[in-house]
Amino acid sequence: MSNWIDIASLDDIPRRGARVVKTHLGCVAIFRTHDNQVFAIDDTCPHKKGPLSEGIVHGTAVTCPLHNWVFDLKTGMTQGNDKGSVATFGVRVEDGRILLDVSRSASRLVA
Amino acid sequence: MASGRMLEDLFDINRDAFDVTLFGAEPHGNYNRIMLSPVLAGDKTFDEIVTHDVDWYREHGVNCRFGESVVKIDRKKKQVISEGGMTHYDKLVIATGSASFMIPVPGNDLPGVIGFRDLNDVHKMFAASDKPNSKAVIIGGGLLGLEAAAALNAQGMKVTVLHLMGHLMERQLDPAAGYLLQKELERRGINVVCKAHTKAILGHEHVDAVLMENGTTHGADIVVMAAGIRPETRIATEAALRVERGIVVDDAMVTTDPDILALGECVEHDGTVYGLVAPLFDMAKVLARTLVDETAKFVAPSVSTKLKVTGVDLFSVGELAEGDDREEIVFRDPGRGIYKRLILQDDRIVGTVMYGDTTDSSWFFSKIKANEDISEIRDTLIFGPAFQGGEPLDPLAAVAALPDDAEICGCNGICKSTITNAITGGAHDLAAIKATTKASASCGNCSGLVEQVLAVSLGDDFVVPAAQSICGCTDFTHEDVRRIIKSQQLKSMPAVMQECGWKTSCGCHVCRPALNYYMIAEWPLEYQDDAQSRLVNERNHANIQKDGTYSVLPRMWGGMTTPDELRAIADAADKYNVPAVKVTGGQRIDLLGVKKEDLPNMWADLNAAGMVSGHAYAKGLRTVKTCVGTDFCRFGTQDSTGLGIKLEKMLWGSWTPHKVKLAVSGCPRNCAEATCKDVGIICVDSGFEVSVAGAAGMELKETQPLAKAATEEEAIELTIAFVQLYREHARYLDRPHRWVAKVGLDWVIARVVDDIVERAALCERFEISQSVYRNDPWAEQSTPEFEQRKWSPLADLTLEAAE
Ligand SMILES: Cc1cc2nc3c(=O)[nH]c(=O)nc-3n(C[C@H](O)[C@H](O)[C@H](O)COP(=O)(O)OP(=O)(O)OC[C@H]3O[C@@H](n4cnc5c(N)ncnc54)[C@H](O)[C@@H]3O)c2cc1C
Ligand code: SF4
Ligand code: FES
Repeated sequence: MSNWIDIASLDDIPRRGARVVKTHLGCVAIFRTHDNQVFAIDDTCPHKKGPLSEGIVHGTAVTCPLHNWVFDLKTGMTQGNDKGSVATFGVRVEDGRILLDVSRSASRLVA
Repeated sequence: MASGRMLEDLFDINRDAFDVTLFGAEPHGNYNRIMLSPVLAGDKTFDEIVTHDVDWYREHGVNCRFGESVVKIDRKKKQVISEGGMTHYDKLVIATGSASFMIPVPGNDLPGVIGFRDLNDVHKMFAASDKPNSKAVIIGGGLLGLEAAAALNAQGMKVTVLHLMGHLMERQLDPAAGYLLQKELERRGINVVCKAHTKAILGHEHVDAVLMENGTTHGADIVVMAAGIRPETRIATEAALRVERGIVVDDAMVTTDPDILALGECVEHDGTVYGLVAPLFDMAKVLARTLVDETAKFVAPSVSTKLKVTGVDLFSVGELAEGDDREEIVFRDPGRGIYKRLILQDDRIVGTVMYGDTTDSSWFFSKIKANEDISEIRDTLIFGPAFQGGEPLDPLAAVAALPDDAEICGCNGICKSTITNAITGGAHDLAAIKATTKASASCGNCSGLVEQVLAVSLGDDFVVPAAQSICGCTDFTHEDVRRIIKSQQLKSMPAVMQECGWKTSCGCHVCRPALNYYMIAEWPLEYQDDAQSRLVNERNHANIQKDGTYSVLPRMWGGMTTPDELRAIADAADKYNVPAVKVTGGQRIDLLGVKKEDLPNMWADLNAAGMVSGHAYAKGLRTVKTCVGTDFCRFGTQDSTGLGIKLEKMLWGSWTPHKVKLAVSGCPRNCAEATCKDVGIICVDSGFEVSVAGAAGMELKETQPLAKAATEEEAIELTIAFVQLYREHARYLDRPHRWVAKVGLDWVIARVVDDIVERAALCERFEISQSVYRNDPWAEQSTPEFEQRKWSPLADLTLEAAE
């Protein structure tokens, strides 16, 4: 079951940028693309733990700031030859507010 | 407008169901409001846009009460109250539309400040435009504002558009299309200012200027407010109907009172308020059927936007924003100024923006409305119905589109037509062009472009040797793009991407930082630095460490410090639990392992002690290392420390293609290790030996002598001219030694040393740039505003979950 909570206003994140949300399972990075799409993925790069929220956002991808692995924000998968992926989270925008689906982090918490 | 359409629909179903009384605040019946723009432009007369005239109302038995506002609804007695008294109703329909939003700044009620909503507003604008040399300021660069701007410009007024956002019509367009539109309006002589924050409207009895937050003013005889609309809901609110942003209606267009219905711009349906006519017409149909007790349901349609400005082809529809699982297809033709972008989701088109060529817009729109699966034709989809089978985009289009007077070779000032003339005269390869025109004969950076001009002119007879493009987003090399930025005066990122035919809508992590640097270097006064195109260290003004913490390193001018500064550094290290403190090779102190959220506070503390950012993270000036020189050393020949401090104070804050390090030694014993720096100065009895292009990184390189300066001033000039030449010519991420190896030291000496005029010009351009960039980013970034917007997490769910 989804559990949407209101995180912030869309304008709190710069276009082609990201901010993090702290959760018990670590930071989740919320991205805003140049055309105002919003995505949420795990902030931690599987390579050497680079903070993905600090990477350059281009199209619907982000490049890790430490060694340039490129992740698809939609799937959390890496592009090109680098192998790896990060978890994605449900997120949507309603009336300029960002809503994050925290059901997954919550259920894992309970378990 | 909605009321007229609704009455037509009602009479179509049943002419006699109701006795209709129509109140209208305007002194005439229904007209096509959206055509007020062509009326204002002088392309149409008011009579041509009237949709329902007196005869129509008479024929349909409508009792017209024009020029009479309804001031109150009495729901208990089922009456409306107007100037003419009371009128009973069985069913009441509210279609009050909306009013122009007057932005809340001082002076917004001065005479001469007008909305753009009805015929009366148009008359006021006509009156103003009649005066010779009159000026109009339009606040708001959306659909309405731009139509007003184009119309008033056509009427001969001097028009300025002030737009709050980064690009025009940001709700309907993406930055690329917004750029093309702005370019076209500017070509017509309209002054467009984006990111414009209005502070106040000035004037005594009448407006005479608009004052911006940044202190500039724009003279104005009229100010047109086109910054949005507010649904006209006053009578509904007063009657205690449910009103949110608009009067709330259900799917059948009924308000919270079953006998009161509403439609048009004044209503809110399912959380949405509409500002275009297409949905209003759907509402009219539904409402008419509800009135005669049929069931009908309003479903929000996709709405398309077209700007009604003659000569501007612009179309936008559907979702350009928000949502998961989307992909895009982008097509750009810089030569013809065309931009098309399709947004796809689940193999369906969900939105599109087109500029310059909208012939296929209805084809795409029909596919959106039909929710058609396009996976089969995806590869050629963007070419539209005529091109199924499609032709690939010509990579030479951008060069072909350059005008004849576009400068290709900057060193020798050779423009495109000189080269094409040489080609016509028989020069058919690069060597021949070099020999006849000198183009690309100096630094050689433009040889790629010259080859492309050859290819465009000679067609298949000339094959361009493959050169390495910046990245997959473009076919151009770094040097090509820099030339085009300069010769075409491209001053924004979308401008470069359009004119150079970028294949992606917003670049990638390789090209964006490079472009951002090139624009800063070329247009220091005009271009706004784009933080989102910076690599992490420069965006956060601190070096990210492998564990995600940062290092903080304050500047120590020329490696000199004081007990007070040292105390402040020690205090900061204690206060923020800094795990490591290191003295660096650049003669300063590094605080390592700082948490991101502590950065702004720590900076504020260091700022308070008089220290500024050391830019240890920047592709810019890092340090100027010095020895103690004549002040203390018995061998010293000149004041090496003093010169180092002067240089650092002049150069700090400047952005360069890669990092730049300097050193000044007081004698040839060279204690400051100046001979492995980007610029190294060795003091001797007779003056200063300036050498350049050293390195002590992955490559080890001794500096090469640039020149000998007799005075300190000359040494400073030579250094600055060298750095500026490097800034203007080097490829992003080339250190000075790599760049000098490419262009040759002789080429550098010819400009920086031998040509005194050029040297002075380089210094002057450097100083212009420094007037913007010689400042402390820490001071700016530690303000409360930055603090909240940037440094802290967006939310902390660990706290909430604990409840
Ligand atoms: C210059 C301009 C260009 C436009 N271009 C386009 C376009 O290209 N495409 C598009 O889709 N849309 C366009 N629009 C928007 C479009 O005109 C509106 O969406 C549409 O007119 C709304 O219709 P409406 O019936 O809700 O309101 P309106 O047409 O505004 O009608 C409301 C009427 O109610 C009257 N009224 C208000 N309060 C009272 C009261 N208490 N008593 C009596 N009467 C009252 C008002 O005076 C007004 O005459 C444009 C608008 C303008 C101003
Ligand atoms: S470089 Fe020369 S002047 Fe400077 S400290 Fe060394 S010996 Fe003294
Ligand atoms: S940590 Fe992300 S690429 Fe290395």
